[in-house]
Amino acid sequence: MKTKSYNSAKTLPADDHSPQAPLSIHDLTVAYHRKPVLWDIDLDIPEGKLVGIVGPNGAGKSTLIKACLDLIPTASGLVQVYGQPYKKQRAMVGYVPQRESVDWDFPVSALDVVTMGLYRDIGWFKTVRKKHKEIARSALDRVGIAHLADRQISQLSGGQQQRVFLARALAQDATLYFMDEPFAAVDAATERAIVTLLKDLKNQGKTTLVVHHDLATVSQYFDWVILLNMRVVAAGPTEEVFTAENLHRTYGGKLTLLAEAGHALSQIKRP
Amino acid sequence: MIPPPLAALTSLHDTGADWPSLDVVWRVLTLQDYNTRLVVMSTMILGLASGLVGCFLLLRKRSLMGDALSHATLPGIGLAFIVMASMGGTGKHLVGLLVGATVTGVIGVIMVLVVRNTSRIKDDAAMGIVLSVFFGLGMVVLSMVLSMPSGHAAGLESFIYGKTASMIMQDFLLLSGVAAIALLCSLLLLKEFTLLCFDEGFGRSQGWPIHGLDIILLGLVALVTVVGLQAVGLILIIAFLITPAAAARFWTNDLRNMLILSALIGGVSGWCGASISALLPRLPAGAVIVLVAAAFFVFSLFFGKTRGVVRTRLAMYRLKRKVGRQHLLRAVYEIQEAACAETGKPPANIAIPFRDLLLHRSWSPAHVRQDLRRAKNEDHIDQFDGQSLRLSESGFGEAARITRNHRLWEIFLITHADIAASHVDRDADSVEHVLSPDMVRELEQRLDLDSIPESPHYISPQKDRPHDMVR
Amino acid sequence: MTWFVDDTWIVIIGALTAIACALPGCFLVLRQMSMMGDAISHAVLPGLAIAFLVTGERASFTMFIGAAVVGVLTAVFTQWISSLGKVDRGASMGIVFTTLFALGLLLIVQAADHVDLDPGCVLYGAIEMTTLDVAWEFQLGETWIEVPRAAMVLGSVALFNLIIVVAFFKELKISAFDPELATTQGINANFMHYLLMTQVAVTTVAAFEVVGSIIVIAMLVTPAATAHLLTDRLGLMLLLSAIIGALAAGLGHLLAIVIPPLIGFDGTTTSGMMAVTTGLLFVLAWLFAPRYGWISRLVSRKDVKSPFSGPLPSD
Repeated sequence: MKTKSYNSAKTLPADDHSPQAPLSIHDLTVAYHRKPVLWDIDLDIPEGKLVGIVGPNGAGKSTLIKACLDLIPTASGLVQVYGQPYKKQRAMVGYVPQRESVDWDFPVSALDVVTMGLYRDIGWFKTVRKKHKEIARSALDRVGIAHLADRQISQLSGGQQQRVFLARALAQDATLYFMDEPFAAVDAATERAIVTLLKDLKNQGKTTLVVHHDLATVSQYFDWVILLNMRVVAAGPTEEVFTAENLHRTYGGKLTLLAEAGHALSQIKRP
Repeated sequence: MIPPPLAALTSLHDTGADWPSLDVVWRVLTLQDYNTRLVVMSTMILGLASGLVGCFLLLRKRSLMGDALSHATLPGIGLAFIVMASMGGTGKHLVGLLVGATVTGVIGVIMVLVVRNTSRIKDDAAMGIVLSVFFGLGMVVLSMVLSMPSGHAAGLESFIYGKTASMIMQDFLLLSGVAAIALLCSLLLLKEFTLLCFDEGFGRSQGWPIHGLDIILLGLVALVTVVGLQAVGLILIIAFLITPAAAARFWTNDLRNMLILSALIGGVSGWCGASISALLPRLPAGAVIVLVAAAFFVFSLFFGKTRGVVRTRLAMYRLKRKVGRQHLLRAVYEIQEAACAETGKPPANIAIPFRDLLLHRSWSPAHVRQDLRRAKNEDHIDQFDGQSLRLSESGFGEAARITRNHRLWEIFLITHADIAASHVDRDADSVEHVLSPDMVRELEQRLDLDSIPESPHYISPQKDRPHDMVR
Repeated sequence: MTWFVDDTWIVIIGALTAIACALPGCFLVLRQMSMMGDAISHAVLPGLAIAFLVTGERASFTMFIGAAVVGVLTAVFTQWISSLGKVDRGASMGIVFTTLFALGLLLIVQAADHVDLDPGCVLYGAIEMTTLDVAWEFQLGETWIEVPRAAMVLGSVALFNLIIVVAFFKELKISAFDPELATTQGINANFMHYLLMTQVAVTTVAAFEVVGSIIVIAMLVTPAATAHLLTDRLGLMLLLSAIIGALAAGLGHLLAIVIPPLIGFDGTTTSGMMAVTTGLLFVLAWLFAPRYGWISRLVSRKDVKSPFSGPLPSD
């Protein structure tokens, strides 16, 4: 496992990547108009890690995920999943979008949403069968809301909606998960349930990337961290990378955030 | 100047208005005349198809796409005529004109999507631009065609737009074909369309061709619109695509039911509208159909089972009343409890001064009086003479129950704060409905009581309240 | 090609329409309510019909009032339905204007026996005919200037819109940008919304009576969207959209005269060609706008300057 940190736009040579990493990103650049949003991202994510993507607002955290999933056009770069282009490896990838990205007034039940995770397996033109619903129901059970399966999604609380999205990703039965701010505006119980779930996934050897914005919980939740501010400031095991110096370089001179970070650091329990 | 399509529509019905005899009514309703049967069946089928397709359009938040599309068909008709005329025909071949209309209609819709995806221009402006520019182009082409010396282009537009009353077998077959395609696509692509409308980004991450699905959906809309143009007219087909779907949304939270209901509302609107129009010759069918659909919409808006205004407002009002009643009874109980505690007795149903009630919470006297009046109607208040009040037997029991529930709930929140948060969004009638019986028993045991626990927080004594709260 | 005085007047009338539409049009585009012009211009039909049925005459002022009232009602109903029933705004707009249009159609059929009230005229308009109706004439040096009524009407509407936009510039701006912020600052965002809707209704009704509604819809949305691609500043956007609209009016009339003979036809409608020209200008801006154009975007995506070429801010 290596720790990378970049002091300039110059990156390490591309052959530095390990061929079988769950996710390797080569020189990825994303721009909107003339404004670069992500610059020369070059990363290997090791297998079985729970990875937090951390950085200030507008640092391109969600953009990084979306670029990996081919949802937005990239200016340059290459994303590989287990050594293959993402397009060939879709079955291995699960995705939890931001909760605000959809209309929760839509006339479907929680179970319907979870079965969407299986649509790819079901394939064109075929209908959802009983066995698919069973899979969806057990996914809902894993996030603790099986009893709400038949509720219309607008009648769920924010935390429950987030759990529905997580259940949908679970139903996908992927080995690499991308989650965009799953902790945003959820209640404490849901947050705890999500953390348990993430640890479960890790114990099953699955790799999960989570966009996260609460510095205080980073070292508690994640064993690997990507500090992002348009470029990768630092990436590696949390205890090595999540340092005051790196945070300072990620967040710049924002004092309130630094204070928050200092507080977070003071809570790290060194083994 | 161009003979306008709408004038053509209206001129179809210039005979006098006589009320039809019962015999005629019967003949129309039972579809005995060949011509009426054709018209009624055609509009019904169109209603079914557009209701179905309109649902997806509504859920994709693209309802006005039908508007842009139908206006964008105009240049296609003119161009198809020119092409066909230059190839030696009369140029007035129905299928050829419809193909032309479909082609420019689809081009228009694709332009909307392209402009939206490649610039900062939003959906609405892109639609406005395509609608007006394409329609302008259509006017330019048509007026050039009409100025052609041969003159055989006359009536080209009325040939296409809104000729409900003069439909022929060919139209019926065309409509049936389109409806069958719409039905088939909705069945086969139900889950793909659901994903497209609900969560485009997730669909794309799974590898679904979102743009392709979008084009299929809009292609369906184009088919329905183009065949609908001749049945109900340029503007009114827009209504057929939106209104039944929007009406159906008020009755159900299930997409499948919504699709069925929307198709039904569309079909029934078509049937009713065409029948009424056949009975009263001065009413143009297209307009009547739209008004029938609008009536369905207004009824659904108010009385829809799941999202209707009456239901949601009533639920809100009931909740407000329930909360008001619970607050009142709990306040009375807490005052009684405090008064009895001073004399060292267990809480009993004693008369309390109205003033204390006002002081207990910062309620306005009018508000409290209203709640009291309601409580009296519900037999919760025994007597209230303006100065003091006393609960009835059942009222006291209810007050004790409410207070107990409230306090159990508060204790639960304090002791189990972590789990509680996931339950608080429920409309909790009583703690038992939210918590499992085991948990309630556990709480009661832990608090060592079957009776009413003391409030875990400090209930402020009356004297603390600032005096100016009482008027 | 021959150019008459009438041609000049047609261009002037078109340009006045463009200016009158550009001002409210910019706010419509920014508030993402561009389809309101379309909705209102179709929905006014019952207003026209009722005004006619009540007064029994085709006096244009009563019909103007009737239509403008129904136009504002379209906005009101749309708002009601979308907030009351939680219906998507586009859908509720569609329901309202199609229903009103159908109602108008029924009413007109009832009135059609008595008078030639031609709904098609409403949609298409005949800007070519407007010069025949002279409202005012005066002598300037040697020549008599005959001012068409349409020029007077559209000039007044343009002036009316200009006064409102100037007087309420910052209020319109802030409530278009952020209605909630406007409310916290004591600006009644609802009032501003309906003021804009009234402007749109008055403009639409006044303009389609003389030049036809399709050109009004085109002039409301297209020049404003074109200007939106060219600038980020609201004041400049208003000015640019008025200029672009006026340019489209002039070019459109020119093309309407020049093009048909080239491809072997007698002539065509100026209103339609003006609408098409606004579209052509939009396509130009869409492709070539310096900052927001498609080509400039394609280029810029590949050609990004590194923000990290200098030292990092914290180093």
